[in-house]
Amino acid sequence: MLSRTADHLYWMARYIERAENMARVLDVTYNMSLVPNAAESEAALWLPALEISGNVEAFENSYSTENGVEYTAANVIHYLALDMNNPSSIYCALRSARENAHAVRVAMTTETWENINALWLEFGQFVKQDLAQSGLREFCDWVKARSHLFRGVCFGTMLRDDAFNFVRLGTFIERADNTARLLDVKYHLLLPEQEEVGGAVDYYEWSAVLRSVSAFQAYQKIYSDTIEPWRVAELLVLRRDMPRSLHACFDEITPILELLSGSRHTECKRLAGELHSKLRFGKMQDIFQRGLHEFLSDFVESNNKLGAEVHKTFFSIVTA
Amino acid sequence: MQKSAPTFFDEMQLNVENANMLNVREIYSAYQQWLSRIPHDLLDSKRQEAEVLFRRVGITFNVYGDDDGAERLIPFDVVPRILAAKEWAHLSAGAIQRVRALNMFLHDIYHQQEIIKAGIVPANILTNAQYRPEMFGVDVPQQVYAHIAGIDLVRTSESQFYVLEDNLRTPSGVSYMLEDRKMMMRLFPDLFRRYAIAPVDHYPQMLLKNLRAVAQTGIQDPTVVVLSPGAYNSAYFEHAFLAQQMGVELVEGQDLFVRNNAVYMRSTLGPQRVDVIYRRIDDDYLDPLVFNANSMLGVPGLLSVYRNGGVTLANAVGTGVADDKATYIHVPAMIQFYLGETPILENVPTYELSKEEDLAYTLAHLDELVVKEVQGSGGYGMLVGPAASKQELDEFRIRIVSSPANYIAQPTLALSTCPTLVEAGIAPRHVDLRPFVLSGKTVTLVPGALCRVAMKEGSLVVNSSQGGGTKDTWVLEDELEEKVTTKAKVSKLEEAIC
Repeated sequence: MLSRTADHLYWMARYIERAENMARVLDVTYNMSLVPNAAESEAALWLPALEISGNVEAFENSYSTENGVEYTAANVIHYLALDMNNPSSIYCALRSARENAHAVRVAMTTETWENINALWLEFGQFVKQDLAQSGLREFCDWVKARSHLFRGVCFGTMLRDDAFNFVRLGTFIERADNTARLLDVKYHLLLPEQEEVGGAVDYYEWSAVLRSVSAFQAYQKIYSDTIEPWRVAELLVLRRDMPRSLHACFDEITPILELLSGSRHTECKRLAGELHSKLRFGKMQDIFQRGLHEFLSDFVESNNKLGAEVHKTFFSIVTA
Repeated sequence: MQKSAPTFFDEMQLNVENANMLNVREIYSAYQQWLSRIPHDLLDSKRQEAEVLFRRVGITFNVYGDDDGAERLIPFDVVPRILAAKEWAHLSAGAIQRVRALNMFLHDIYHQQEIIKAGIVPANILTNAQYRPEMFGVDVPQQVYAHIAGIDLVRTSESQFYVLEDNLRTPSGVSYMLEDRKMMMRLFPDLFRRYAIAPVDHYPQMLLKNLRAVAQTGIQDPTVVVLSPGAYNSAYFEHAFLAQQMGVELVEGQDLFVRNNAVYMRSTLGPQRVDVIYRRIDDDYLDPLVFNANSMLGVPGLLSVYRNGGVTLANAVGTGVADDKATYIHVPAMIQFYLGETPILENVPTYELSKEEDLAYTLAHLDELVVKEVQGSGGYGMLVGPAASKQELDEFRIRIVSSPANYIAQPTLALSTCPTLVEAGIAPRHVDLRPFVLSGKTVTLVPGALCRVAMKEGSLVVNSSQGGGTKDTWVLEDELEEKVTTKAKVSKLEEAIC
């Protein structure tokens, strides 16, 4: 298929997934804010949401007043959900998804296109809302539901060809990145270096992390035990049956890249295989020994590199 | 003059004051009966439903320089324009005849130039800005230049149709013909049971068949693509729609490159050869090496491959010389010259301002005439005398006198009206008609057309850029046709598609 088409499809899926994950982060942070004394200050509660999206500095530039930067719920929610100047806001992610879809509407089924177009039209109802005041839960639920619907309509209507594979590839590369960042920020914050891994942590914080990746019930089902940080990490890194875990993402990514590469030996195929095998055969103990933070930041970096290789292999053809 | 409605021919002749009065034209009688029985707000609710659906499907066009990036809908009118089988037979025969002659003219003008030697078309046509010397001596497959032609027709009375202009470069609007039909079938299924309406939705298949037929000889399974300027072009929806309906790639200039006298597209598996390009980019932007050097839309080197027969372009380069207003005047004579036939469709009487007596007449009657610039297209550089202010008339007079050969003049036509749903209810609005003629091994067209309607009362300007809307056009099947068994009809349709 056309390289540009593949490029747009891949990014369309990435942006939808990005919006969903941002909604998940906002949702759980907001829930935490309803728990009395969950954090020592409003800023301590909302700053991590910015860190997950990797946007602290940009936020500080746009929201500083003479009293310094105000990490208030209202500011952070607006910045992450609706700010048109924040390229990673849900608003911008969904707009980019729709623009990418629009550029290649031919390459997808009519249902898929209409679904994304309708999503963007419906989004209009939220743009002027003060979500920190009211409606944030509904908004986050709506974003998640639209993302589910998007994947469903792709899965249910698209021919199983390269176009479909590029959509799926985008979804899982983005998801792996988001899950790793989320876990990294939470883990890093909750476990100061001197504290022993597996020590006592706030039940609410960790259940919130689990809920943000729809893993709370799964955790209870698998472990039927109190929530322990190292188990949360295991669930989100190594468990292949947990659909938002890093392992589960690479169970999808590796075969897709095999298919797309055909008989070619591509660097992205090799890199995915390498990452995949770490997740398949790695032991949580070893990961902790080396440091979970190091493992996760390495992972995010390699995953980015994988994205760059995908770009090099499929989207930019050398013509000479 | 806006109020002189009774002097216009109305397609339906509905008595607006009393919808029960049965003086409507026969082909509209079933529609009128239906109309008299429906709740009075049904049409408006259907119109709103259509708007929601069109927006969801994304049948929109972009407005340049619009800051909020809003995509607009072209107004869609829920009242159809209906044409009898006999009327259509006349119009389609005329349009086909015209396009055959125009293609022969284009071949001739880029080869032997017999028509100039015969003194029918003046030699100064070779200096027309739309004449492309690069095309001289270039052979194109099947000798077809205008693969897709939009012939704009207007009506002034029961029996009088005129060709307003020929669009032979990259005529657009066919997607509205198809989408309007789909919408009408969805909104008013009961009307489709009352009328035998000729189907049009095989258009993309006919187009694909024609495009494949004009690949260079020897190519077994030609790869066809649609070349678009991209998602920000006002007609992007149509480009995407046609590519999707034909099942071919929609490409942009950046997706194509030239190597070893061939055109390739950049695919995820490497370069893939392209044989036929249905391009929706103007000549000027096709190849920065030959035409507009600043164009980012085109493909460097494309023209050289094209001239050497490495790829087919549809439409061909240089068709603009045949649809220019200076050439339009000669089309009836062309039909005589190339086909030895009498023209079936008439031109609008036209004054050539390079001729002294025509110029004198025009200057004396400027406020009654429509003056058009030659080598211009799309409603710019045009004067509508009866609607112009004194100052506009004076300014245009100066422009005409300084270079009369740049202009033609025509009487202001009493364009027919068709009942249209406006805020106040159903009212007559002026319409035109653009059938799309396809040329490949054969010259064909589907029984239907884009019907454009000026939504403003009294306005004669139907262009979508000026607020014009569209209507579905129903070509009724002949009663004789009715007797043909459904099976035979289906096999006929299949034949048309294959």
